[in-house]
Amino acid sequence: MIRLEKRPQPSRAWSMATPLVAVIATMIVGGLLFAALGKPPVEAIRTIFWEPLFGEFSFYYRPQLLVKGAPLVLIAIGLSLGFRAGIWNIGAEGQYIMGAIFGAGAGLAFYPSESFLIFPFMVLAGAFGGWIWAMIPAVLKTRFGTNEILVSLMLVYVAEQFLASVSLGLLKNPEGFGFPGSRNLQSWDAAHNAELIAGTGMHWGVVAALIAVIFAYVLLNRHMTGYHIRLTGEAPRAAKFAGVNPTRLVLFCLGTSGALAGLAGLFEVSGPSGQISIDFNVGYGFTAIIVAFLGRLHPVGILLAGGLMALTYIGGDIAQSNLQLPAAAIQVFQGMLLFFLLAFDLLTNFRIAIGKPEVA
Amino acid sequence: MTVPLLSLQGLTKAYPGVVANDTVSFDIGEGEVHALLGENGAGKSTLVKMIYGLVKPDNGKMLLRGQPYEPAEPRQARADGIAMVFQHFSLFDALNVAENIALGMENPPEMRDLAARIREVSETYGLPLDPFRTVGDLSAGERQRVEIIRCLLQDPKLLIMDEPTSVLTPQEVEILFKTLQKLQSEGTSILYISHKLEEIRTLCDHATILRLGKNVGECIPSETSARDMAEMMVGSTLQTPERGSREFGAVAMDISGLSVPAPSAFGTALKNVHLTVRKGEILGIGGVAGNGQDELLGVLSGETLTEADAVKLHGEPIGKLGPTARRKLGVLAAPEERLGHAAAPDMSLTENAMLTGSVREGLEKNGFLDWGATKDFAERIIKAFDVRTPGPGNAARSLSGGNLQKFVIGREVLQDPDVLVVNQPTWGVDAAAAAAIRQSLLDLAAKGAAVICISQDLDELMEISDSFAALNEGRLSAPREAAGLTVDEIGLMMGGAHGMEVAHV
Repeated sequence: MIRLEKRPQPSRAWSMATPLVAVIATMIVGGLLFAALGKPPVEAIRTIFWEPLFGEFSFYYRPQLLVKGAPLVLIAIGLSLGFRAGIWNIGAEGQYIMGAIFGAGAGLAFYPSESFLIFPFMVLAGAFGGWIWAMIPAVLKTRFGTNEILVSLMLVYVAEQFLASVSLGLLKNPEGFGFPGSRNLQSWDAAHNAELIAGTGMHWGVVAALIAVIFAYVLLNRHMTGYHIRLTGEAPRAAKFAGVNPTRLVLFCLGTSGALAGLAGLFEVSGPSGQISIDFNVGYGFTAIIVAFLGRLHPVGILLAGGLMALTYIGGDIAQSNLQLPAAAIQVFQGMLLFFLLAFDLLTNFRIAIGKPEVA
Repeated sequence: MTVPLLSLQGLTKAYPGVVANDTVSFDIGEGEVHALLGENGAGKSTLVKMIYGLVKPDNGKMLLRGQPYEPAEPRQARADGIAMVFQHFSLFDALNVAENIALGMENPPEMRDLAARIREVSETYGLPLDPFRTVGDLSAGERQRVEIIRCLLQDPKLLIMDEPTSVLTPQEVEILFKTLQKLQSEGTSILYISHKLEEIRTLCDHATILRLGKNVGECIPSETSARDMAEMMVGSTLQTPERGSREFGAVAMDISGLSVPAPSAFGTALKNVHLTVRKGEILGIGGVAGNGQDELLGVLSGETLTEADAVKLHGEPIGKLGPTARRKLGVLAAPEERLGHAAAPDMSLTENAMLTGSVREGLEKNGFLDWGATKDFAERIIKAFDVRTPGPGNAARSLSGGNLQKFVIGREVLQDPDVLVVNQPTWGVDAAAAAAIRQSLLDLAAKGAAVICISQDLDELMEISDSFAALNEGRLSAPREAAGLTVDEIGLMMGGAHGMEVAHV
């Protein structure tokens, strides 16, 4: 009989190895899935993981990796702080939208000024937009004990309605021939989040993501607030005994994750996307949840996971167009990654034992 | 020579890294009350689990009335007439007594018949119990009676009791002993596990002493001194904590008229609690678990905030200050629950040293943590309190309960508190370590600190405290000088026996 036995200590080796094992398991099962769909499995896997990095058109895909990875990492870092403390912000997508709206709106208010202060001001406004949207579930939770999972999630749909509304009204491009959507920020230098080095995909959002990784690492490992976050997640009663103020922690975690999601939205709208439009958001806020867990809620892990996730996105797109794989199959493939990660995660705290169970 | 009821021959059971039982042999005679003595981790639990069919021995055999006895599971053990009352009750609070008992039966009879049988058994053995009362409303002693009656309904030949008195008031212990003596007079054998030596001396005919999994000796308890038995358990001469005579200083901590509502449905509300403790004084607070101990510790440590004036330190109101602010002022606490309250299970000892040590040990500067200094602090605790662990990098949950307890107490004691509050400081700790912890509390008081020691272990409280008060249903009795208190007086302070009369046996 096969049983699971709790380890006396969490295994460090397994904690490091599970993401790798999960990726390999995803490749195998994903390959089987593609084969069942009548596509060449090895070719499909190679397309997803190899083509974007080293294929014929990698000069085009590699910058895309940064463009897609940066918002994922930026949002996931914020989420991971809360997740570590057992504070579940599921609404990063909404905060991302609000960050974009606030940031773009703040900039467009000064159109067509060419002041160099406009972009910094938009950054602040974007962070504020995400922060204020996250403060709604935070204040409701600390004041009235509501569930932050439900409130933050529902606010995503509110934000989407808001996005549609401003695309058609408040922020609509007056010179846009009646089409929905704001002015294109890419064609307005003062507000454009341009590539810092041409052809690399490197924009301010990538820089912000890297800073966020370092900030989160220092916070969690060297700072009292980070220690309190970890303590609250591992043993809430011990955290209370240590003197953690749960209200402040909820406000901090939700606020930080909201602000970072807002920043991601701002960098996206002022850069790769260019304009506020009805279909501006593409699910970064939800995918970032996967990225946060794939990275084991560890800042460096999230950095790697964000890269991996961006890779499967771009690789998935290539596979769709080159091999005619259905989009749903790619989504299943990405979902499998999280599934296997959580499954293998068990091995960090448990070991497999074979034999008759016994009460120790 | 008569055949013993149960004969254990060379029982051995090894777990990875530890031999829990090493060729243990002894006999339990018919109608004998046999004590199994030993420190925590001596292998008592593993041994009785083998008898009860929960664990299969690696080696050795058991004979029940001369016949080979190899229970594969508890059901079989019960069928062979062996019953066990566990230390931790397995009862559902929301069900009544009869329903709880029916749940543990193979073929429960009609509820009416079962209730009648429960009444019959409870009257026969002097264990008053109403079958239709909800278990959630019962005291610990009454819950234990439910478990005992559950066993007695099976008409057992051997009743195993695992530390039955740890949750009882002295009066409840008396009732239990009368019941056990009646059972014995009817020919039931009892295997009685405990480390309370005086109890064993009054109750048991014979004792087997285990140390590190081995049978290290047997004795007739009534003819052996408690000290000799303790030394057999520990394997060395026992250090009795020394208490010098001390002068008490000014009042250090003062609680007056404090009432706090219950924090949860099964918590206890504190009702009009008054308490003062002076510098250099150890105030012992006794009482059966669940009578407000956790809640009182929360109020003292700052986890539960109250009216500012309700809690005073050196005359200054501190009721509204949280744990960190109180630590700064010198009020430290060590909660009862080690894993999850006093320490975070998955964090290392270094990280756990940070938990309460950050303020007073200067481990934090402008919010940034000094892990080097924290590691030194953790190592100091490990060294000073003889915590057995490979190093401060190990997770708290990898330590045995007693070792973690030493760490938790040591962490507070080494921070040089003005007022230290401890709850169950030696629970689950072996005798030598318990003596060391008590000594450290006495030393702390000798240096002028005020100590509040909440404990269920009356022997411990009598050993170290200068004054004594008892918690009962959230009320604290008026403190009295500890010297000269009799067991009866203590029992009355603990609320008598929760309104029950001594059975008419």
